[in-house]
Amino acid sequence: MSDPSRRDLRGESGTPDDGADGARRSPLHATHVALGAHLVEYAGWLMPLRYGSELAEHTAVRTAAGIFDLSHMGEIWVSGPGAGAALDSALVGWVSALEVGRARYTMLCAEDGGVVDDLVVYRTGPEEFLVVANAANAAVVADELRARCTPEAAGDAVTVVDASARTALVAVQGPAAEAVVTAALPEEARAEVAGLRYYAAASASVGGVPAMVARTGYTGEDGFEVFVPADAADHVWAVLQGAGAGHGLVPAGLAARDSLRLEAGMPLYGQELDRTTTPYDARLGRVVRLDKTGPDGAPIPFVGREALAARAGAQPARILVGLEGLGRRAARPGYAVLRGEVRVGQVTSGAPSPTLGRPVAMAYVTPEVSAPGTELTVDVRGRAEPVRVVELPFYRRPSQRGTP
Amino acid sequence: MSQHIPEHLHYTAQHEWVTTDDPATVGVTAVATEALGDIVFLELPAVGTAVVAGQVCGEIESTKSVSELYAPVSGTVVEVNEAVTADPAVVNADPYGAGWLFKVAVESRGELLTPAEYEAQAAG
Repeated sequence: MSDPSRRDLRGESGTPDDGADGARRSPLHATHVALGAHLVEYAGWLMPLRYGSELAEHTAVRTAAGIFDLSHMGEIWVSGPGAGAALDSALVGWVSALEVGRARYTMLCAEDGGVVDDLVVYRTGPEEFLVVANAANAAVVADELRARCTPEAAGDAVTVVDASARTALVAVQGPAAEAVVTAALPEEARAEVAGLRYYAAASASVGGVPAMVARTGYTGEDGFEVFVPADAADHVWAVLQGAGAGHGLVPAGLAARDSLRLEAGMPLYGQELDRTTTPYDARLGRVVRLDKTGPDGAPIPFVGREALAARAGAQPARILVGLEGLGRRAARPGYAVLRGEVRVGQVTSGAPSPTLGRPVAMAYVTPEVSAPGTELTVDVRGRAEPVRVVELPFYRRPSQRGTP
Repeated sequence: MSQHIPEHLHYTAQHEWVTTDDPATVGVTAVATEALGDIVFLELPAVGTAVVAGQVCGEIESTKSVSELYAPVSGTVVEVNEAVTADPAVVNADPYGAGWLFKVAVESRGELLTPAEYEAQAAG
């Protein structure tokens, strides 16, 4: 981690750029407008839905590469000698056990075990962590972390800095992502970034801008997420687009991001996850580290622990499944899942899968109809469309480099 | 965003276009396809179906949304564009040409918009 990036990426100052309609504008707004993006309001931000055809953008990510603006995401730094212990008590994961340079998918839960947000936490130094939150929850997560990451809870000094307003996040995703990102790096940094494992990160200069480059993503493909100071975002985007020119890189919007993550079976907060959902309902119980222990070998208490421990061994009342459509009409969020005439669940996400060529969906259903192969129907605007329960994900890329 | 609105067609407020001849050809406008994004599924009225001006006669599904299709005229469907049901992307690529949806033997026309009226509505 280089010192300039530390200074540039970690400050709390910086003001959000409010659009005339009240939606915040990404630091890449001018780039999106120049690219002819179709902009929509999403989680209080004006963001690109698509630039041209969202199906072409989706396919480019599966076959070559796409570049995404994720600057609406929240970036919150937690640092100090007590940072690891503080995050152990604030989040469900075992954050202090993370090696420097590695990342984990984790969650911030309420006392009752409900999910407040799902997060990626990076350990950027022995006493420094970056928490990446969903746009809609960024302020709530920052507030919760300030409330939970106290010297009393950590037993040592800890500071929480919300750097969301001055941080831009650009993702390059797809089989050509490594070639694109390394082409934007100085010669001497290429081997380190190319050698990053999945869910690992390093600091590097991208187009001369100090950045944190992480091998993470939300598409089911290999790819990178590049954190840069907001005022350098347009430049970094242009450098990456230029580096990708010979690799089939295209700008991709939120529509492609959503269909890519759905095929990859990845949950979206607000659809598969919310405060009424526990990680166990979403089959993500592995992120809840009831086994985390302190240096003395004693279990580490964390917010939601009692409620989650009680749920850990129990059958959830509803469970997240994949549904493959057997007809042509796609199930959409909110539609009822039926067995015969009986309602057995509700769709949380659904769309035609460009890669599979048929509709796919995720849904919460009762456990007795959750086994793969179970044939159900979805009420698609008054007509029962046949679906089959399948294992998630719907799509797995040909070769995966390790797992988070 | 301004789109070219052909002068020889009539329009509905719900973004269908219709020719002035008989049988009349029906489609959706570029304003609609731009708003919908990539169209992935079309449910069109079968040949022989009686459609009523101003009433729902089908469905247009894009990757992100589903919209209803309204009949601009009353009459009987005499032909359906099988090419677009097989490949709905044709509607995005050429909404006023190869992306036509169906043809109706006209009994009566609904309250249709002139190109100028439709343009004013689309702009507003």
